[in-house]
Amino acid sequence: MNFDKEFNASGMSCPLPIVKTKKALVDMASGQVLKVIATDSGAVKDMQAFADQTGNTLLSTSEEGGAYVFMMQKK
Amino acid sequence: MTTKKMAIIATKGTLDMAYPPFILASTAAALGYDVQIFFTFYGLQLLRKDLSNVMISPLANPAMPMPIPMPVMVQMLPGMESMATMMMKQKLKKHGVASLEELRDLCLEADVKFVACQLTVDLFEFDKSEFIEPVEYAGAAAFFGFAGETDICLFV
Repeated sequence: MNFDKEFNASGMSCPLPIVKTKKALVDMASGQVLKVIATDSGAVKDMQAFADQTGNTLLSTSEEGGAYVFMMQKK
Repeated sequence: MTTKKMAIIATKGTLDMAYPPFILASTAAALGYDVQIFFTFYGLQLLRKDLSNVMISPLANPAMPMPIPMPVMVQMLPGMESMATMMMKQKLKKHGVASLEELRDLCLEADVKFVACQLTVDLFEFDKSEFIEPVEYAGAAAFFGFAGETDICLFV
């Protein structure tokens, strides 16, 4: 999947993956896609919750080599 | 959509209890909430520029997981608090948990408003120059002005 920006949150614990995903989205344009890589297993539920509450769209969640990869499309 | 609001009353000044207000506030801000934290009594320690005296004690804290069982008599010994604090900080770092300073900065960056209880400042004779900025100094009535209209209000 194509993306416009990548943010690597590997090694970070709650709430950093969410708080910094939000920061990474700030300077992106509506419709652009942010790829987030995280190792915190809590991020799986949190990313969905973040999307649900902020109106951004979580296009996909996958697991790659022990890390979680999220594709977040900006509202 | 109207902006949701959250208010937190932070009353504790130990390392373990310093985390919940900052974690919840920074997360809520990331979710688009308008957030205020009212720091009162020992919570005011969390507004100091220097957070090195925010510590954790195993004493009277039987729920704290310890690498080896430690009798209360041992926990009382000088230096135990510093040791427990050092170990806790190492553990937090190892697990990728942000430092208090970093979380606090993230809150400020996200426009979380910090309100310090004026009564506590006077009571403990705190020197305002020791606190970070921006902090607003106010009383309970001012806090209720915001808290009364929140969706979530927590006492920590």
